[in-house]
Amino acid sequence: MRFAVVQFPGSNCDQDCVHALQVLGQEARLVWHGETKIDPEEGVILPGGFSYGDYLRCGAIARFSPIMKSVKQAAERGQVVVGICNGFQILCEAGLLPGALTRNEGLHFRCEPAWIRVETPASRFTSHYGTGEMLKIPIAHGEGCYRASPEILQELEAQQRVLFRYCNAEGQGVRDGNPNGSSHNIAGICNDRRNVLGLMPHPERCCEVEMGGVDGRGILLGAAGVGRKI
Amino acid sequence: MGIPEVPMMKAIVTVTLKPSILDPQGEAVAHALNHMGVKGVKSVRIGKHIELEIEGGEEKGLRAKLEEISKELLSNPVMENFHLDLRAGG
Repeated sequence: MRFAVVQFPGSNCDQDCVHALQVLGQEARLVWHGETKIDPEEGVILPGGFSYGDYLRCGAIARFSPIMKSVKQAAERGQVVVGICNGFQILCEAGLLPGALTRNEGLHFRCEPAWIRVETPASRFTSHYGTGEMLKIPIAHGEGCYRASPEILQELEAQQRVLFRYCNAEGQGVRDGNPNGSSHNIAGICNDRRNVLGLMPHPERCCEVEMGGVDGRGILLGAAGVGRKI
Repeated sequence: MGIPEVPMMKAIVTVTLKPSILDPQGEAVAHALNHMGVKGVKSVRIGKHIELEIEGGEEKGLRAKLEEISKELLSNPVMENFHLDLRAGG
């Protein structure tokens, strides 16, 4: 499958995403945020970084980039859209996912491998995994504390749209496994059509043995629609 | 005969975190105040002060437009409140 990886001014994981997708046998092209064309058969990746220097709020300015209208249309057409880290923040600001990412509870910028737990295989992004499967995936963010109204949180849970939750090394979703204070230990959610994923951890950083782990492969392969288990 | 002056308006938008949202920055400042030896500060909350200079007098709809700007861009209604103060002059 081909992916359009969007470059905003300040994106810094765009090349990593392209590399990881290519390593996994997928096609990827970089798309400047001032462009407006997303092909109907492409997937879209909004990569990590600091779009517009995180001015005003993370993702607040990027949301108004020309490409975002096309990203919205792609999502509405049912195309795959994945927002990683800053991309997740942009998806929330753009209203493609509910809630918001706020300053980490402990104020620290957390840059480390984190344990996350797959909550359900019922989405293309988690189809390579089993329920409760633990993944070790790098995080690198200062504003990853997920917040939403109690009604939205309830809806996300009821519809099994929390795809990934932070956990400790024993797989328990508890406070000491949660690096940023996110509500319900949320690390990643999808929209109700289950074609838009936002997550704070960086799957593109762990797709090769040389990078210290391959736990992120299934997320990107799932996004690409490649069958379970390779 | 001077150049006719363009009337100006100034809008001040104050964005604050909703009371239910934890403000770790504010807490850090409160700790620092404690280290400074300042007593009696119960809490600190940090927000944003945004000034907009707008050409033209207060036309009909200006306030509504500013409210829209504040909701759509200057604040994120999921986690923030805003207060709009509109006054004459640049």
